Formats: sequence, C-alpha cells, structure tokens
Amino acid sequence: MDNISREYITKTLDKGKRLDGRKFDEYRDIEIEYGISKYAEGSSRVRMGDTEVFAGVKLEVGEPFPDKPDGGTIIVNVEMLPLSSDEFESGPPGVDSIELARVVDRAIRESNCIDLKKLCIKEKEKVWMVFIDIYTINNAGNLQDAACLASLAALKQAKIPEYKDEKIDYSKRKDKLPLTSLPVECTTVKIDNILLSDPDFYEERWNDARLTVATTEKNEICAMQKSGKGVLSADDVRKAIEASLKNGKLLREKLK
Amino acid sequence: MVYSKRVDGRKFDELREIEAKVGVVKSADGSAMFKIGDTIAIAAVRGPRDLYPKFMQNPKKGILRCNYNMMSFSVDERIRPGPSRRSKEIGLVTENALLPALNLEEFPNAVVDVFIEIIQADAGTRCAGICAASLALADAGIPMKDIVCAISVGKVGGKILTDLNKKEEDYEDGSSDMPVAMLPRKNEISLLQLDGEMKQEDIDECLKLAIKACQKISEIQRNALMEKYQTNQIDDQVDKENQDG
Amino acid sequence: MGLIIKEREFVIPGDVIAEGIDYLPGNGVYRDGNQLIAQQIGIVNLDNRLIKLVLLTGAYRPKIGDIVIGQIVNMGFNGWTLDIGFSNLAMLSVRDATSDFIDKKADLSRYYDFDDYIVAKVLNISKSNLIDLTMKGHGLMRLKEGIIIDVSPSKVPRIIGKQGSMITMLKNLSNCEISVGQNGKVWIDGGNTGKIIEAIKLIEKESHIPGLTEKIEKMLGGK
Repeated sequence: MDNISREYITKTLDKGKRLDGRKFDEYRDIEIEYGISKYAEGSSRVRMGDTEVFAGVKLEVGEPFPDKPDGGTIIVNVEMLPLSSDEFESGPPGVDSIELARVVDRAIRESNCIDLKKLCIKEKEKVWMVFIDIYTINNAGNLQDAACLASLAALKQAKIPEYKDEKIDYSKRKDKLPLTSLPVECTTVKIDNILLSDPDFYEERWNDARLTVATTEKNEICAMQKSGKGVLSADDVRKAIEASLKNGKLLREKLK
Repeated sequence: MVYSKRVDGRKFDELREIEAKVGVVKSADGSAMFKIGDTIAIAAVRGPRDLYPKFMQNPKKGILRCNYNMMSFSVDERIRPGPSRRSKEIGLVTENALLPALNLEEFPNAVVDVFIEIIQADAGTRCAGICAASLALADAGIPMKDIVCAISVGKVGGKILTDLNKKEEDYEDGSSDMPVAMLPRKNEISLLQLDGEMKQEDIDECLKLAIKACQKISEIQRNALMEKYQTNQIDDQVDKENQDG
Repeated sequence: MGLIIKEREFVIPGDVIAEGIDYLPGNGVYRDGNQLIAQQIGIVNLDNRLIKLVLLTGAYRPKIGDIVIGQIVNMGFNGWTLDIGFSNLAMLSVRDATSDFIDKKADLSRYYDFDDYIVAKVLNISKSNLIDLTMKGHGLMRLKEGIIIDVSPSKVPRIIGKQGSMITMLKNLSNCEISVGQNGKVWIDGGNTGKIIEAIKLIEKESHIPGLTEKIEKMLGGK
C-alpha cells in the first residue's frame, strides 16, 4: 500500500486540506444498495468512499433473555474479512471486530431502533431473534460508520418470515420489522489538534484518538465510544458531537 | 417420478444466467465476482506475500492457500459465522482445483492467499467460487497455464443435466450432484466429486456435458477479463520501453 | 504453424499464441509441446523470434539491474534487510552499501536506519529468490523527505516514458523531485505533490489511451 506518513498528513492538514481534498467535517461519497442477498430477511451494501461493507439480517425463533421475557433479541456480529485488507487475518473475531460490533449493537439497542416488544411470539417462551451480520469487503477507513449504516439499511429492508405450527417459513416474508428509530453513527478522529470526520485509511492509521457518536432523529445521543490510544479534551468531545449530529442527518437522508 | 421438465424451464444442458466481473475489491491484488443463477460468489487474491509461520514455506516454489466461507445470510437458515468442516473441505478441493493451473516457481517461500465468500447460495457454490477465484488470480497477475472453470453436473429424477439449482439438488426422487472443474484448453479435470449414485455411462455423459459447459463458461470469463483490461490501441512508447527493459 | 494470435492482440492465460518451433517463449509465455501459450494477461509483443507479453497486471518481479525503492526493515551485523514490495525481502550488505570502511562494531543505523527509504539497484538474484542490492552507482541514495506512493509495476514504463520523456515532463511542470522504482514505488518531494500524485494515478488508469501525454501536460498547467 501507499506509504503516506504521519508527517505528510499533518503537513497537508496544516495547509487546511485533507489528502483527498475534503473539508475537515465532510463525508466521502456514500452509496447504499438494498437487497443484495435474497435469502437474507434484509440485506445491504454500503460504500463510503472506497470502504465497502455488506450487512444481512436473519431472523430465528428462540427463548427470550430472562430479564426481558416479552421482547425479541438482537445479536450483532462483525467479520473483518481478510479479503478486505492485508492487515486482517483469518480466524475468530479479534477484539477490533468485537468492539465494532458492540458499538453498532449499543446504538441499535439504546435507541430502541427495533420495537422488541412487537417481536414477542409467546411471552417467556418464544421470541424473534434478530441477527445482524456485517462483513467487510474493502477497508479504506471508517468501517465503524459504514457498518452501522449498512445494518440500518438491512433492518429497513427486512421482512419477517411466517411462523406457523412451530416452524419458520422463510419463503413467506410479509411484515417489515417494527423500527422506531434509525441511530446513525458518526466517527471523528483527532490528529494533533485537528478533528476530522469520516477518516480515510491513513487518517485512521495515524489518529491519536477516535470518537464514535450515535445520534437519532430527535437529536438525541444514544451511544458513544472513544477508541484509540490517545486522549480527547472536553472541547474535542463537544465538537465531535456537533459534527456527528450534523453529519448524522445527512447519512440518515441517504437511507430514505 | 421421472424429471421430465426442469423447474425453471431450462433445457437439460442449459446453464443458468451467468454474470462475471473482475476487480470488485479495490485493495486486493486481484478479485472477481461470479454469479450463476441465484448463486453469487466473490473471490479476492492477496499475494504473493510473505508466509508465516516459516515452517510452512516451500523453498522451491510458492504455496496456494484457499479459504471458502459462506456469509451467514446466504441461505434461508442462518449459518453461524466461522469455519465448518464443510467449508474446510471445500477450501482444500478448491486449492487442488486451482493448483494445477498455477505456476508458482517464481515465488519461493511466498504464499498466494485466495479468499472466497458466498453472498447468496442456490447450489453450485464451490464451482462459482472456483470460477471467481480463477479470474481473481489472473487479475492479480499470477502466472497461470489456463483459467480454471467449474460447473456442477448430475442426475436428477433419472435425467442427466447441467448446473443443478437447489431445488434439483434436493429433488425427492433421486438426485446426484457432480461438481467438476477443468483447465479448458486441454479439458484436464482438476476437481471431481460425486454426491449420490450414478452408473458408469451416466458419469461419461456427465463429463461430456461438463466439457461443453466449461467451454461456455470460459468465454464468459474471457469477456470479464477483457472488459477490465482490453485496450484498443497500444501507444508506441509502451512497446519501445518494454523491449528495452 | 506459426503465429496464431497477432501482435498487439490481447491475451489471457491459456491462449495459444503460436505453434511450431519457429518461436521462443519470452516473458509471460510458456511452451507446452508444440504450442506457445500465454500465462498472464497481456498484449502480444514480437521481438524477432521471441514472443513475449506486455503485461497488464502482476506483482513486481525483480530483474538484475532494476532500480528499486526499498524500505529498511531490519539490520544485522553485515548489512540491512529491505522490503521492496516483493514476496521476498532484499539484502543490502555493508560492502555494497558504501565505499567507506565500516568497522565490525560500527553502528549501521548511522548510515541507514529502520524505516528509511533508499533508491538501490538489484545486483544479484539467487535461485531461491534471495535478492542482493547495491547502493554503489549513479543516482542511488537515501530518500529524506517526501512521500512514497504505490503504482502497478506494469505501469512503470508508461510513467517513465520513452527515453524518460514522461517523467521529465512531470518534474519540469511541478518543481518536484521524482524517483520511480521498477518495483512500483514512486517517490515525490517538493511543491505540488498533490497534483503529481493525481497525474500519476491518471497515467496508471489511462496508460493505453492515446493522447495521454497531452492530457497530463494540460493538467499540470503546461501549454
């Protein structure tokens, strides 16, 4: 891969520019495609610049969690495929993969994105389990935001299979999933003293710290995650949240 | 009951509709998508690159490593992410299907990694994976004797046919499935499996169908490569420079 | 007998280019019995009796005499190990690095340190692909500032141009220093690196389309 050093990036940023000419708070071009896999209850492909991910929603019937006997369950899994980057290895999900999945999960859960009560089939016994599986296809930075957006797109498109006589009939999918909110995630990185939205591959590699903020239509913040080995000031956090609220709206528009 | 008419109306030696595209994973050294009917496979190649652990290195030539995986949502019943015995076996037979076509002498101690992902599965996934992988290897510039193609042939309800779909694979009154991969220039078979019962003459007939099918697939693979690489004119400058160096 | 696929035609692996013993297999072509067959994607190129391919894709394959840009990844007692973007690492021994006398206990990092980029020449390639580099020669040096970008090695000739015409134009129109390695690494330092990177990426993309030179010239603000 290109060797773009940290020095080169900071020199370019000092001149007020990013390598690809974007403004500091600007997102790359976003493309969303719905229904890329017909056996999924819902699926999508999202491109954010050159970053590309697939997401698929599958529904199964199972027992509810004991602390929530009348609600469906959500399970989010991310596979950082070795085909998408020289730096990903084969094997079970590493901690990066797990963090990515859990942050997407948090946004969906805490915003009540899916009305889980409506996914109850028989209280304490049978509920719909919503599996969201995300696969990275090409890593050009900011898999986090792309993964969350792809999950929402797949959820939006998803239809519930028929459950009859204790069996799921996947060939009959009728009702859409009961969604109440679309919690979009926006990630900001900090390099030296500069905050950048939607980091590309090199900005992500050289970042000091990263903040992902999930926002809803009501301008509420439902999840946050600081990643990376550096630090952020309270002012950085405030600015990142502002940028996330603004960009969150734009990303949500793309889902329509 | 004799299978007199195919569920999707195809002729017995007719392939489903095929779509192939080269260069679908930007950062990979080579990549391709291969779609046949409702089965969609993508393959990406990374390499030749350093191989660790070192004891796996071959000082005489590079090695090929194939990884086959089905996305969890590629079929009705969700597949738990992670390798299975089936996916490991398919990885191995895929490796053995592609290896005879590759010339890895120029890369001792290195590895060429091939990753196949099935996005949507309607039978014939390992064959679609091999077709995609061959294109990806050519796209990556790995020296190859030929572009490998693969197709499933078989016997369904007493009839010999080409390119079984899932309904045919699951046919109640008898279904045998025979995936075949070949190097099409000399019709050399590099993958052959049989799942089901067949008589000797059935197998002969199946192989004839496979050869025919592979010629068609070969054309489609060529077109996919041409679409990405075809040049209309060569600038004189390039010729000269390459002759000197 | 003879040439089955004409010169300048596009071929893919497995295509039979010629039959008979009149021709010899060159780069990208192999012999199978009576036939000469393509083993990579390329354009047929005839050089007397040698049939070879102008490769359109592929990893870098080092040849003796190639100028390459490599990065220091390790240091031993006798020299340095470099990554030149090939599946094997390359070696630069102390005696090929400099004409200075270097004491056995000397600190090699004073000459070239970890992560340094250098422009070197391929001196020797052994049977098992062990590559020896040398720094003794004109234009071979350590690169100090600037950035390195990757291009497809098969596009390097186009970026250099006939007799170096393209790269000279790039340098003149941008006030940048540019060095191109056969291994697909391009070093750029100076004023307008952004524009040069754009230009080089365009050359990569449209290398086969006529009128490219004029297009690049216009892009960089030439006449």
